[in-house]
Amino acid sequence: MTISIQPQDNSPKESLQPKGWMTYFSFSLDHKVIGLQYLVCGFIFYLIGGLLASAMRIELTSPISDFMPRDVYNQVLTLHGTIMIFLWIVPVVNGGFGNYLIPFYVGARDMAFPRLNAVAFWMIPPSGLLLISSYFINGAAQSGWTAYPPLSITTPAAGQIIWIISVLLLGGSSIFGGINFIATILKLRRPGLKLMNLPMYCWAMLGTSILVVLSTPVLAGTLVLLSFDIVAHTGFFNPALGGNVVVYQHLFWFYSHPAVYIMVLPAFGLVSEIIPVHSRKPLFGYTTMVYSILAIVVLGFVVWAHHMFTSGTPPWMRLFFTIATSFIAVPTGIKFFNWVATLWGGKISINSAILFSCGFIINFVLGGITGVTLAQVPFDVHVHDTYYVVAHFHYIVYGGTVFVIFASIYHWYPKFTGRMLNENLGRFHFALTFIGFNLCFAPQHWLGLNGMPRRVAEYDPQFAFVNQISTVGALLMAISTLPFLWNIIQSAFVGEKSGDNPWNALTPEWLTSSPPPVENWLGEAPLITKPYGYGLKEESEKLVSEEDIDVNLTNQ
Amino acid sequence: MSTRSALLTFLLVVPLFAIGIWIGQNINPLPIDASTNASVYDELFRVLFSIGSILFLGFVGLLTYSLFKFRRKPEDKGDGLAIEDNLPLEILWTAIPTIVILFVGLYSYDIYDRMGGMQSLEHAGHNHESMVSKERIWGGIGSGSIGSTKESLNKELFIEVTAMQFAFLFHYPKGDIISGELHVPVGQPISMRMESKDVIHAFWVPEFRIKQDVIPGQPTILNFTPTKAGKYPIICAELCGPYHGGMRSTVVVEEQKEYENWFEKNSKTPITKT
Amino acid sequence: MTSLTETQQQSQATLAHEGEHPDYRMFGLATFLVADGMTFAGFFAAYLTYKTVNPIAPDSSYELELALPTLNTILLLVSSATFHRAGKALRIGNSKLCQRWLIITSTLGLAFLTSQMVEYFTLPFGLTDNLYASTFYAVTGFHGLHVTLGTIMILIVWWQSRSPDGRINKTNQFPLEAAELYWHFVDGIWVILFIIFYLL
Ligand code: HEA
Ligand code: HEA
Ligand code: CUA
Ligand SMILES: [Cu+2]
Repeated sequence: MTISIQPQDNSPKESLQPKGWMTYFSFSLDHKVIGLQYLVCGFIFYLIGGLLASAMRIELTSPISDFMPRDVYNQVLTLHGTIMIFLWIVPVVNGGFGNYLIPFYVGARDMAFPRLNAVAFWMIPPSGLLLISSYFINGAAQSGWTAYPPLSITTPAAGQIIWIISVLLLGGSSIFGGINFIATILKLRRPGLKLMNLPMYCWAMLGTSILVVLSTPVLAGTLVLLSFDIVAHTGFFNPALGGNVVVYQHLFWFYSHPAVYIMVLPAFGLVSEIIPVHSRKPLFGYTTMVYSILAIVVLGFVVWAHHMFTSGTPPWMRLFFTIATSFIAVPTGIKFFNWVATLWGGKISINSAILFSCGFIINFVLGGITGVTLAQVPFDVHVHDTYYVVAHFHYIVYGGTVFVIFASIYHWYPKFTGRMLNENLGRFHFALTFIGFNLCFAPQHWLGLNGMPRRVAEYDPQFAFVNQISTVGALLMAISTLPFLWNIIQSAFVGEKSGDNPWNALTPEWLTSSPPPVENWLGEAPLITKPYGYGLKEESEKLVSEEDIDVNLTNQ
Repeated sequence: MSTRSALLTFLLVVPLFAIGIWIGQNINPLPIDASTNASVYDELFRVLFSIGSILFLGFVGLLTYSLFKFRRKPEDKGDGLAIEDNLPLEILWTAIPTIVILFVGLYSYDIYDRMGGMQSLEHAGHNHESMVSKERIWGGIGSGSIGSTKESLNKELFIEVTAMQFAFLFHYPKGDIISGELHVPVGQPISMRMESKDVIHAFWVPEFRIKQDVIPGQPTILNFTPTKAGKYPIICAELCGPYHGGMRSTVVVEEQKEYENWFEKNSKTPITKT
Repeated sequence: MTSLTETQQQSQATLAHEGEHPDYRMFGLATFLVADGMTFAGFFAAYLTYKTVNPIAPDSSYELELALPTLNTILLLVSSATFHRAGKALRIGNSKLCQRWLIITSTLGLAFLTSQMVEYFTLPFGLTDNLYASTFYAVTGFHGLHVTLGTIMILIVWWQSRSPDGRINKTNQFPLEAAELYWHFVDGIWVILFIIFYLL
């Protein structure tokens, strides 16, 4: 295998790139800059998506449609779902942390295709702005993030077309990112580094990128057909012209079910990095972790029709998809047991990062269990398209992935900036978020079971009280963002200096300065074959000694 | 495993199961059950709720315990034990979910079968003259309700449902009644053929625990037998436009007598009393 | 790869991020083609589903002739072989020969596109006539787009390989190889398309 590391000389040299904070507004090719660009850009979209969510929750405090007109509610709903998925979760856990960490983990100085990488990032802000601008032009799309025809064909065309264009662009960006990750992980590894030595996040990203590359193009093709139906009056999905609406659903979910693992596998990878560091123990069951990721990738492709149990699919199909879906609980369960086993017997520092990671475990297990109930056809025919489903997936995407994103920011902030975040504010943030989150989404299970459908602006008055509780929770969540925002902004200037490796971690990104130099390592990249070697005698001694870690580990 | 820790595990697991089962059996977040489907559904629900509670509480217990037990003492700067795997344990926690999943899968298959969900759609509703037997039916749960025999099939009350933005219309071919409200007699097997005029809607009666999309161009079928008299909401459960939230109707389940009165009053072609 | 003297002139830091590693470009392209193939797979799946569940209305016409498409298949298959020849010629350093084969290949590509156009204009149905017609045009059109892009790529490669010291030569074969891989991919898709739309 050929190695890409350029000839080295260690004297510091001037960079040709824009300096200081301006870098972050430039077409930088540095994977660390791109990673942070993804993170910040995604977070801004999160605030917008959260603002929209708050607006929906305010509307839902009363059973009548009073806060905003009904069609605006549907636009807000569509924008909320689309922004949160395509502009927040997917770019951040893949593009953001992936770009920042993967080159370190494989011992490279950059991604395989830096230029493609920058292009992929710069596709995101314009498509996001395009999507949001549709609201001001002629009203945004109003058929939900699923855009089921014929509704999406009959609602105002302008908003829907803009929605399609921006989702296509975002999908393209995601495919470029996926290609880059696959090439980087498989081809750019430092010599001597075996696949089975890689930190778990690399495996998670490899699995995710395979999902991205195989499923996103199907969504792209489908949306192109949908746009033909809208613009050229073809009839692929238009029953009035002989089309078949259920085919759209199959194609859409063929992408969008894998997409949920695109949103959660990287998060699994990130917690696998965080938990060992803060509990000072090796990641438990590395090999089974790897195989369960691969199993989730494979199974992820054969479960899509569990979103369509009431769409008139034939009985055998429902049965097959019930079984296949349920089985995803097995590899996922293995990962959760492994994390608890990693904590078990460790010396756990209860800090913000570990609190958010454990919050993730609790929320995700609940969301996963409700997912398994949803997978049972007879159960699903009652709760499909109700708030029970809304509760299920917020437990997973918010309680799971977003919690992991917060945990990761607490964990890697010193890496990004060289400064610590304020720990007390972090715990306060955790407490508020955890309480607000559960207050908001736990009652929604009851709502769904009792007869409240989703995507409605007006509902049966008997549900008003529970909805108000939920809204209070949502507002708590909104408030909880403030200490966090304050923390990340002020710590960048006045935060305590962290030193290079505040957690005494063994994964490669910590074995260089914080923040890292442009070329990642001043010398050659260290060869880390045991990224989780906590408690193994040699590794821990090495860290205690004050010698230069890079040299030490390279020479071993 | 030492005897002591085995005993301890046992002492913890038994109450966990007890609590989980108690939760499943005693906490009922569902609305009243008003169809033959609903009681079967609730059976499944209780089992899933119990299993889910046991798993969830067990997991949370394990996690909080380890967070407290193994938290770092301030003076301690060392590492934990370098345990990287443990084959028996890993087999155990692959096997437990597998068994649970297999059990749940088989059980819910059985429930689904009892709801009539597994019956071939080809035969659904063919005894009604209004349904062309060549027509392709796109499925739906309860196509052939519980306990339906050849005989009871023939006694089915057949209703045609049309959904449109933003209302349901119920057509009773027998009396040529068109109504915005669904009237059905208690204990009578109902068979509905549903089709939409514009976009996708969904017919949902929470008290019956049934839901089926109403799709344009692809008729679907839905069968059920109401068991309790009362008025229940019919809710459209598929986003169908701005007034989706307002697209509701009522199903009136009434005693045979009252139903006949209603039918008589609205019927355009009086039926001959049998 | 940049030579060492240049390395010294430029900042090492920038270099770390500037170079797109040539060895991985083929790998990246292959991954991209897998993705592209999935788009077609989605279309094919949709078409096959339509065929099994949506009976064609008796009054709408959807008849495909076989002659022209068979000719098209042959054109594309031959062009794959000629492209292969071009690559071989480049590898032995014979740019003239390489160019000749490239011209033949692009001509075959153009012939394919022309004959596809002829077919479009002679078909008895239009884009919006019925479900099958729409799918047929969408998928063959999408494929035709690929052929068009491929032909343009071939012409660019041809332009850049005019002399042994042009942009594309014995030591820099990547653009040609990339275009070749892409072309073979487009051919492969056509064969599947031909089977699904014309033969089934
Ligand atoms: C990151 C996102 C994410 C993830 C990871 C998942 C994970 C799962 N989801 Fe979810 N889901 C969504 C996001 C996600 N989902 C979204 C967004 C929707 C709605 C889309 C829309 O309509 O808008 C949805 C909807 C949805 C439906 C359709 C509901 C409906 O519309 O009627 C179903 C049905 O089967 C389902 C099932 C599952 C299952 C079985 C899992 C499993 O992967 C979960 C596995 C995990 C566990 C089970 C927990 C850990 C395991 C253990 C502790 C072991 C022991 C446990 C057991 C033996 C049970 N999901
Ligand atoms: C993928 C990630 C994701 C995330 C993180 C969230 C986060 C949240 N979601 Fe979202 N949601 C979806 C994905 C997500 N959602 C999807 C896919 C749907 C389905 C859409 C559809 O049906 O098509 C949905 C639907 C959905 C519904 C159902 C609507 C309906 O069916 O009628 C509701 C209702 O309560 C809801 C609420 C919330 C809330 C309260 C949050 C909160 O957690 C948000 C918390 C964050 C904030 C509150 C930000 C706070 C910041 C500020 C307020 C600061 C001020 C702002 C600026 C300076 C700009 N969501
Ligand atoms: Cu009809 Cu929603
Ligand atoms: Cu899914």
